[in-house]
Amino acid sequence: MSTTLIRAERPLFEGADWEFGTIQRCHDEIEKVALQDMGLNVYTNQIEVIGTEQMLDAYSSIGMPLFYKHWSFGKHFSRHEAMYRAGMQGLAYEIVINSNPCISYIMEENTATMQTLVIAHAAFGHNHFFKNNYLFQQWTDANGILDYLEFAKDYITSCEERYGEVAVERLLDAAHALMSHAVHKYPRKRATDLRTEEKRERERREHDEKVFNDLWRTVPGKENIRHDPTAAEQRKALLELPQENILYFMEKSAPRLAPWQREILRIVRIIAQYFYPQSQTKVMNEGCATYTHYTIMNRLHEKGLLTDGAMVEFLSSHTNVVFQPEFDDRRYSGLNPYALGFAMMQDIERICTLPTAEDRQWFPHIAGCNDHMNVLRDVWANYRDESFILQYLSPRLVRHFGLFHIVDDASEPNMRVEAIHDERGYRKIKQALAKQYDVSWNAADIQVVDVNLAGDRRLILHHRALNRVLLEEKDARMVLQHLADLWGYDVLMKEIDPGTEAVMKEHAASPRPGIVTIEPK
Amino acid sequence: MHIVDRRLNPSGKNLANRQRFMRRAKSQIRKAVHESAGSRSIKDADEGGEVVLPAQGVHEPSFRRSGSGGIRDHLLPGNKEYIAGDTIQRPPGGEGGSGSEGSPDGEGEDDFRFALSREEFVDLFLEDLELPDLAKRRVVNAEALVYHRAGYSVSGSPANLALNRTVRNSLSRRIALHRPKPEELQALRDAIEALNPDDDVKRRALEEELARKQRRTGVIPYIDPLDVRYRRFESHPKPVAQAVMFCLMDVSGSMTEHMKDLAKRFYVLLYIFLKRRYKNVEVVFIRHTHQASEVDEETFFNSPETGGTVVSTALEEMQRVIDERYSPDSWNIYAAQASDGDNTASDNDKTAALLTQVILPACQYYAYLEVGRDSEHFPPGFIRRDSDLWQTYSTIIKNGAPMAMRKVGHRRDIYPVFRELFAKKTGAEAAAE
Repeated sequence: MSTTLIRAERPLFEGADWEFGTIQRCHDEIEKVALQDMGLNVYTNQIEVIGTEQMLDAYSSIGMPLFYKHWSFGKHFSRHEAMYRAGMQGLAYEIVINSNPCISYIMEENTATMQTLVIAHAAFGHNHFFKNNYLFQQWTDANGILDYLEFAKDYITSCEERYGEVAVERLLDAAHALMSHAVHKYPRKRATDLRTEEKRERERREHDEKVFNDLWRTVPGKENIRHDPTAAEQRKALLELPQENILYFMEKSAPRLAPWQREILRIVRIIAQYFYPQSQTKVMNEGCATYTHYTIMNRLHEKGLLTDGAMVEFLSSHTNVVFQPEFDDRRYSGLNPYALGFAMMQDIERICTLPTAEDRQWFPHIAGCNDHMNVLRDVWANYRDESFILQYLSPRLVRHFGLFHIVDDASEPNMRVEAIHDERGYRKIKQALAKQYDVSWNAADIQVVDVNLAGDRRLILHHRALNRVLLEEKDARMVLQHLADLWGYDVLMKEIDPGTEAVMKEHAASPRPGIVTIEPK
Repeated sequence: MHIVDRRLNPSGKNLANRQRFMRRAKSQIRKAVHESAGSRSIKDADEGGEVVLPAQGVHEPSFRRSGSGGIRDHLLPGNKEYIAGDTIQRPPGGEGGSGSEGSPDGEGEDDFRFALSREEFVDLFLEDLELPDLAKRRVVNAEALVYHRAGYSVSGSPANLALNRTVRNSLSRRIALHRPKPEELQALRDAIEALNPDDDVKRRALEEELARKQRRTGVIPYIDPLDVRYRRFESHPKPVAQAVMFCLMDVSGSMTEHMKDLAKRFYVLLYIFLKRRYKNVEVVFIRHTHQASEVDEETFFNSPETGGTVVSTALEEMQRVIDERYSPDSWNIYAAQASDGDNTASDNDKTAALLTQVILPACQYYAYLEVGRDSEHFPPGFIRRDSDLWQTYSTIIKNGAPMAMRKVGHRRDIYPVFRELFAKKTGAEAAAE
C-alpha cells in the first residue's frame, strides 16, 4: 500500500447516531479502501435496514428474503423469538445473501460504528468471497437465486391451493428430512442457471396441459414385460445407481409420485444445493470477511475517518467476535470459525511480509513475497475449508491455539492424545483438523444401492459407517419413514462397516398412506 | 449501491408459518395451555405467555451420525499439560471433552419454549366451549361502523384516488374529442422533415395541420378534472351482539373467604369467555343477605355483611335491574349465582317461582355454582344432605330450563367445571337435552 496518507478533515461520523447519508458516506469510503487498497472484486451492493422482527424472520427462513411457507420456519421463528425476548440470545448485526446484487441486511439498532463494521464485513468481505470462491461459482447462481425463490414460493403456494396444505406439508416434511442428502457432490460440468430452471418447469406444465388426452388412460397396457435375467447391472445403470443424492433419486425414480410432488422435491433439492458451499467454507468465509473488516476499519482510522472512540468500540466488538475459549473453559463450544479464519488470514499476511525461518521452510512459495493481498485473493478464490487448512495452517498457529488431537475409540477404555503442538504433531494436527472440515468425512455416507423392481419394489440403502459410527437411531428411523412415504413401497437401510463389509445394523420402514396418490398399475 | 429501508415493510411476514406451526403442534400446545392454566392464577388467565412443549413432537429428523460409539477424532484448543501418547479418562456422558459435538447443528433436545400471544392463549384456553344462545343482535348507536366500497365519486381525498378509473375516463374523453396522439404529431414532424425543400404548398398544408393539432393538444388536456374519480366508501353500522353478566352472590356470614375466592374465579372465567364472544360485555354485581343490593366490584368481593340468607331478594334485585337497564330484547343476559347453598326455608318456593317465571325466560343461561369448603370431610356413614338451594334448583332443571349447576370445593376444580358447563354439545347430546 504505497498510497500516501492524506488525513481526512472530518471523521465520517461522531457518536452513535446514523442516518442514510452516514451509511452512504461510510459505504463510499469503505469501497475506496476495499477496491483500491485491497483489490476486492464484489457484486453491486444493496444494503437494507431492517428491524428486530424482520431479523427474526430472516433467521427462520435461513436468511433468505423470501421463502415458501412451512411450519418448521414458524417453529424456528418462535424459538428465536422466545430466546431473544428472554435475553438469552442477541441478534446478529447483519445477514448477507449470496445474490447479485448482494443484499446485506443491517439492524436498525446498530450504532454508526457497528454499521460501518458490518458494511465492511458483509457487503465487502462476504460479498467478495461469494463472487470469487470457486465453490460458489460452481454450485450457486447468484443472479438467479432471488427469482428462483420467488418461483419456488409461488409454485408451492399454488400447489397448496390445488392439492391442499396438508398434502404439501407432508411432502415438504419428507423432503426437508432428506435435505442433507440432496446434493450431487460430483456434478456434471454444467453451469447452474436458475432462470432456465423456472422456465423449464413452466414449459413442461404447459406442454402437459396441451397434450393431455383422457383417451390414453383407456389404452390397454403392455401384456407382459420381457424379463431379462441379466438385468441387474443394466437396471442399476438405468437408475443411475448407486446414488448418493437421495432426493434426486426420489424425484426421478419414485414410482408413485405426482409431477407436482417431483417438482417440489426438486425445489428443495436445488435450495439445498445452493447452501452446499456455505457449509464447506465457514472458516474461510468468516475469515475473509473478518480480515476484510479489520483491515478496512484500521485503514479508515489511519485516514482519520474514524474517531478514536469509534475505533475502541470496533476493537471491543471485534475482539468478542474472534474470541476462542479453551477446551476446558465453560464457554467452549467448538472451534470458533471467526477466530480460526481470522488468525489464519492474518498469519498469511505475516508470512508474506515478516517470515521466520520456520515459515520459509513450511511455505516457501509465499514466504516473504511481500504481496499478501495477492496471495489472500488467490486463497479466497481457490480453496475450501478443508484444503485451506491442509495447506495454510502454520505451526505457529498450532502453537498459538495450543491445538491437540484426541482419538476416542469406543472399544478402548480411555481416550488417547494422538498429537500435540510440537514438531512431531504439526502435520498430524493439520491433517486431522482439515478432515473435520471435510463434508464427505462429516456427513453420513448414505447411498441408494438397489431396487427390487421385479418383486416387491423394495428400496435398499447402505450407510457406510465410517469409523464404525452409526446413525442416530431415532432420527434415522423417522427419516426412513419419510423416505418410505415418498417411495411408496418398503425401504431397507443397512449400516455397513466399511472395513469388514459386515452389516452392523438394519432399519426398515413401510409407507404410510398419505403422500403417494398414484395407485400402482 | 442502494440503501433500502425495510423497516416500514408490513410486519407479520411469519404469521402464516406460525399458524402452520401452531396447527401442527396443536394437541401439544393445547395440553400445555391447560396445564399452565392450572398453575397460573385465574386473574391473569387471559394474559398470553410462554408454554413449554416437549421437543419430540415438533422434531425435524435428519440422517445424523450418532454422538457415541465408533472411533472419533477431537481437535481442541488450549493444551496445557498433555503430550502425545497420554491417555485421558472419558468424561462422564461420553462426550470426549468436546462440548456439544453430539449435536452438530446446535439443536439440543431440550424442551421447546414457545410464547403465545394473549389472543392465541385465550383461544386455546376456551377452545371447544360455546355460549348457549348467541342470538340477539342489536344495532347500537356508536361503536362499530364498517366501511364498504361503494362505487366511485367525483370528490374525495387524494389517498382514495382511483387511478385506473381516472385514466380510463381520461382515455375515453381523449378519444372522443380526437386529441391528437403524440405519435401523430411526431409523424407529421417527420413528414415535414422529409419533404422536398421546394414543395412549399405541401409543406404549408402540413405545417397548418401540425399547428392545428398542436393547438388541439393544448386545448384538450391529458387529464381533466372531469376525469378524476375517487373510490367511495360507505359506512354501515355493524350489528353488535352485547351481553350483560349478572354476578349474584350470597355474602352472609356463612360464606368464607375461600368460598368467595372460588366464586370470583368462576366469575372471571365467565367474564373472559363472554368478552371473547361479545364486543360489549357489562357486568352487574348483586350481593345479598336477607336483603340484596347492586354494588361495585370492590364492595362485592371484599366488604363483609351480616344477616340472614334470602335468595329471592337477589333475584328481585336482578329483575329490577333488567327492567331498568337491560331489556332482554336487545341484551344477551347471563347470570351466575354463587352460594354455599343456604336459604331460609320459607323462601325456597318464592325463589323457585321467581326463577322460573321471571328470571329464566329473560336469561340466555343461568349457572349456579355451589361452593363448598376446601377440605370438607364427613364422618364415615354420614350422608351429606343436599342444600336447600340445590334441591330447589334440581326440580327446576328437571323441567328443562336453560340452567346448570355444579358443586365446587377447590380452586383446581373451577376450570374443569367451567369447561363442563360450556362444553360444545355434540349433536346427540344436544338432541337429548
